[in-house]
Amino acid sequence: MSTEVSKSSVEGIDEQRLVQKANRQDLRFAVTGFLVLVVAMAALLALVADFMIDGVPRISVDFLTNFPSRRPDQAGILSAWVGTVLVMLTTAALAVPIGMAAGVYLEEYAPKNWMTDIIEINVTNLAGVPSIIYGLLALGLFVQTLRLGQTILVAGMTLALLILPIIIVATREALRSIPLEIREAAYGLGADKWQVVRMYLLPAARPGILTGAIVGMSRAIGETAPIITIGALTFIAFLPPAPLQPEPPFINFEWLNSPFTVLPIQMFNWISRPQAGFHVAAAAAGVILLLLTLLMNGLAIYIRYKIRRGQK
Amino acid sequence: MTIEAITAPSAGAVQYGRLVPSEAFLRWRAISGRVVSVILFAAAALSVFVTASIVYILVYDSVLFFRQVSIIDFLTDTEWTPVFDNPRFGIMTLVSGTLMTTLIGLVVAVPTGTILAIYLSEFARPRVREFIKPILELLAGVPTVAFGYFALFFLTPIFQGFIPGLSTFNLLVPGIVIGIMILPYIVSVAEDAMRAVPDTLREGAYALGFTRLQTSVKVVIPGAFSGVTAAYILGMSRAVGETMVVAIAAGQQARIAYDPLEGAATITAYIVQISLGDLPHNSLAYLTIFAAGLTLFLITLIFNLIAFWLRRKYREVY
Repeated sequence: MSTEVSKSSVEGIDEQRLVQKANRQDLRFAVTGFLVLVVAMAALLALVADFMIDGVPRISVDFLTNFPSRRPDQAGILSAWVGTVLVMLTTAALAVPIGMAAGVYLEEYAPKNWMTDIIEINVTNLAGVPSIIYGLLALGLFVQTLRLGQTILVAGMTLALLILPIIIVATREALRSIPLEIREAAYGLGADKWQVVRMYLLPAARPGILTGAIVGMSRAIGETAPIITIGALTFIAFLPPAPLQPEPPFINFEWLNSPFTVLPIQMFNWISRPQAGFHVAAAAAGVILLLLTLLMNGLAIYIRYKIRRGQK
Repeated sequence: MTIEAITAPSAGAVQYGRLVPSEAFLRWRAISGRVVSVILFAAAALSVFVTASIVYILVYDSVLFFRQVSIIDFLTDTEWTPVFDNPRFGIMTLVSGTLMTTLIGLVVAVPTGTILAIYLSEFARPRVREFIKPILELLAGVPTVAFGYFALFFLTPIFQGFIPGLSTFNLLVPGIVIGIMILPYIVSVAEDAMRAVPDTLREGAYALGFTRLQTSVKVVIPGAFSGVTAAYILGMSRAVGETMVVAIAAGQQARIAYDPLEGAATITAYIVQISLGDLPHNSLAYLTIFAAGLTLFLITLIFNLIAFWLRRKYREVY
């Protein structure tokens, strides 16, 4: 009896040590995890701060209204930001409707068969294809085979293909989160499939789809590699024809066939120059690019946050 | 809505106190439903067409290339000099550059990503998680060209301060920056997999007296193993395809990359370099970018398919 007691007390000491050791390890890991977190956040902060310090003093009204120039202190981003706006318009006009349609098909219409399986694996795989491969696709298909040239339309189509998987996935997730009862109630009232989709599901899925569209567009705004690959010029000192005109028919689509440059291309071009003055200009262009992408991502995160609050 | 209001036949008439849809309306609705479903299918099938076009274009131009260069030379030569008078086409030079930056990126991102994923999934309070995940998303949203600038003009000078002999263009700094870039993807996929492990398993472990760390290492990670592996492979695939950081900060000299302190061209940086030049579009040197692109596509395709299969596996288990 007495031996048993002493034995268990010995074990008790060991257990206590074991527990203490395990708890210390636990704490150590929690601290490590937190430190890694801090380092990751510091990297993002350093990046933003680096751009702010290098670039912000260079930003002025002239910088926004000047064309690129051979003299670094006169170089501006007028053609670049106008190009970015027009390319993004084209990309959105193509990718959002097609991505939504594909998402609705896969989530609501697709029968369970091998063809649907192939499409699903395809979309997943396309999301992982490096962007420069899309550039080679555009070079081979749009530029060399269809001979469309290095135009805003080609850039818009290329980036639209690139962000299509993002919008498809966002649409599907938004549709999937709508309760089945809504569909059943609508069918019960005599609606057919398309009426259910158009009148009930798409309005309910709108915030989710919007989030996906914004994330996709912010990805497209910063993409450089595919646009370099199609052979877009980097020195553009003119603007595409204006999309709006004073005389009828008021809207003009000639800009789609215009050569162009965009912000990331302009920035890359300036980085590759030897003169330090151009590097400052690159940082300034980078500040604007960063601001745009961070704002768009922030907006997407905010909308998602609102959706989740609404669901609770 | 408005289009339908103009073109649709009138919905029907009220009979015996209820709405009876007219024949014309039902016929119109059936036809328009069919038309819409065909359009939606076409949109979904576009993705298959895109993949098919990618494969067709890469293979077609690569075949033109391999008619003039033997595939054995392509895989075994140790020099890559397509624009020289006596051109050599050893893709392994470019592949070695790509592998080196990928490896450095993984060395940075895999341990930190795993620790962060465990921390967010098992340790952090919900409010901390709600705060951190958006920041990681912001990090993932930074344009790659901005990371390139950051690598060349910010990190490289700092690293040169304490690594003597580090060239202005090197593989080390772009590799580290690639690690930072793929970190958010690894964290998000790995955390997703860990959270899919049912709480009953965790509760069982806690009931046996496990600490959080023991639960994470002995229960959650084994349970989420395929998903965590998928996260690494997806990160690897992104690192291989990353373009602008290496095009800006890793240099353009194609050589077998064994010293990370020196610069070397990667597959992607080479494609950018040729695209910026003014080679005639039908020259042999120009066709190399499609052969290089095909190599890149095959590497990432294999990674992506493995990751797809692994992720599907853990989704099925729970």
